[in-house]
Amino acid sequence: MDERIMMKGNEALAEAAIRAGCRHFFGYPITPQTEINAYMAKHMPKVGGTYLQAESEIAAINMVLGAASAGVRAMTSSSSVGISLKTEGISYLAASDLPCLIVNIMRGGPGLGGIQPSQADYFQAVKAPGHGDLHILVLAPSTVQEMAGLVFLAFDLAEKYRMPAMILGDGLLGQMMEPLTFPEATVTQPEKPWALTGHGNKRPHNIVSSLHLDPAELERTVRERFAKYEEIKAKEPRWEEYLTNDADILIIAYGASSRAAKSAISGARRKGVRVGMLRPVTLWPFPEKRIKELSQEVSSILVVEMSMGQMVDDVRLAVECRLPVHFCGRTGGMVPTPDEIEAEIMRITAKDRNAAGRRNYEINSEISIPEGRAGK
Amino acid sequence: MKTIYKKSEGLTDVPLHYCPGCSHGIIHKLIAETLVELDVLGKAIGVAPVGCAVKAYDYFDADMVQAPHGRGPAVATGLKRARPESIVFSYQGDGDLAAIGTAEIIHAAARGENITVIFVNNAIYGMTGGQMAPTTLPGQVTQTSPYGRDVNTAGYPIRVCELLSTLDGTAYAERVSMDSVPNIRKAKKAIKKAFENQINNIGFSIVEILAACPTNLGLSPVKAYEWMKENLLPYYPLGCYKDKTSAKNQEQSIAV
Repeated sequence: MDERIMMKGNEALAEAAIRAGCRHFFGYPITPQTEINAYMAKHMPKVGGTYLQAESEIAAINMVLGAASAGVRAMTSSSSVGISLKTEGISYLAASDLPCLIVNIMRGGPGLGGIQPSQADYFQAVKAPGHGDLHILVLAPSTVQEMAGLVFLAFDLAEKYRMPAMILGDGLLGQMMEPLTFPEATVTQPEKPWALTGHGNKRPHNIVSSLHLDPAELERTVRERFAKYEEIKAKEPRWEEYLTNDADILIIAYGASSRAAKSAISGARRKGVRVGMLRPVTLWPFPEKRIKELSQEVSSILVVEMSMGQMVDDVRLAVECRLPVHFCGRTGGMVPTPDEIEAEIMRITAKDRNAAGRRNYEINSEISIPEGRAGK
Repeated sequence: MKTIYKKSEGLTDVPLHYCPGCSHGIIHKLIAETLVELDVLGKAIGVAPVGCAVKAYDYFDADMVQAPHGRGPAVATGLKRARPESIVFSYQGDGDLAAIGTAEIIHAAARGENITVIFVNNAIYGMTGGQMAPTTLPGQVTQTSPYGRDVNTAGYPIRVCELLSTLDGTAYAERVSMDSVPNIRKAKKAIKKAFENQINNIGFSIVEILAACPTNLGLSPVKAYEWMKENLLPYYPLGCYKDKTSAKNQEQSIAV
């Protein structure tokens, strides 16, 4: 077991990737993820690996496509602006059933936006990481420990299901230092008979392609991929629950905003409000089943995000509008404070109490309504 | 019965889909023969482009990947870095290499990636149906330059071999042509050299092949090759633009 050490989130992620057997990193500098590039540039040569600073994010993701085609663990990392450029390659990777790791250390957008932490790329990561019908695995760390730990999981799941995986972090997690312990590296990569290694005059040639000019064939390949996605949605959702046993209000937050939410929960509980939290660790697949279950045990849900509200849509879909889903968010690089979130919790509590009172009143008044007036 | 000619073992039995008179078939054959002659077919990994040659992955009997438009050199870079022992080649057309993939080709060359690039320049977009290419000649009529390429608004063609030969990372750049049998023989030699360079770790090698697209030029195959001789060859002079393995070049580097 490794000792506990202090590390920056970005560097912990990079070190974890090396420990996970990744020897091919293709990147392009962009704040606030550049430490991943710098760490790889320094450490990849020491383990006989490749660090290559590409001419663009587009080139970097296509180098990943090439290396992944050859069957090695390959990755790239960027931040929001650069991820937009990678979406072409991500679509090809997904459509070619290639495993790889893409890291997005999100910053404020849209456009060039800013360089402070954000979670405004949720839609891009979860709904449309590239053109066409596709999904990628999306994992959301909330600590430096997870910035490292989820790298192993991301590579394992990507290879198991032959699809790209994304670690969706944010500038706060990338830049902060925290103690962590690296998990024991037990890297077992599956056989990759599909990989391009040269046929050696011993087998038919392997082809990695996403082109299907026959629409019926293309539909078949997409449907096959979606059958795989259903299996992943059934087996792979991961989440963490915090004080959900007795909760009246359920907070749903991931990444850095879940940290602020946790502090807010302590504050609200001191005031006697029973608040708990579900923190999705996988954003795709989304832990919708568990959220639906919990929605039957609480009176309100509060979604906290560093965006104008993106994951909140998926929460509303999961609970099928059976209870109020509130939203508290900051955007543009602003991080919600525990006080802001606590104030929102108290506002919801007051509202819930009023609503509960009103419901009782309405039930009573309904009884007293004379016949003939009902329905007006 | 005596066999006097047979299809290269470097090609599969999938029928080529190319139009009558198209140069791609001959170029495929030259590459396949070269891979067999150099005994590297089993080690070869090819990168197919977007464009008419997109289905090259079905035709070469080597491991193949289909790259996004213009990204061939980046995909080839990833492959070669992952498997330095493999023989990696990127097959690209003029739109793919000299328009959308300009950054990728220049930087692969600048890095001196030890890959082989086969660049087919027929001065027009084939698969999309005859639009202006970055190598379309001034005055040339295409679907998107219907009054002839006006250099005042559409700019000038790019001479890729000349451009790439200025980069220190480029080891070998030669322009050849499909317009005649002697030139096809020269093209085969250039392709062979470009692969030998990779085998010998010489570095980035590109062969630009002037080709004909009768369909989109609106000419018969015979007329299309005549058009090539009269128009394409004067604008894009044939010859070797860079060769780090030549005695002359080595002298120059010593002098530097």
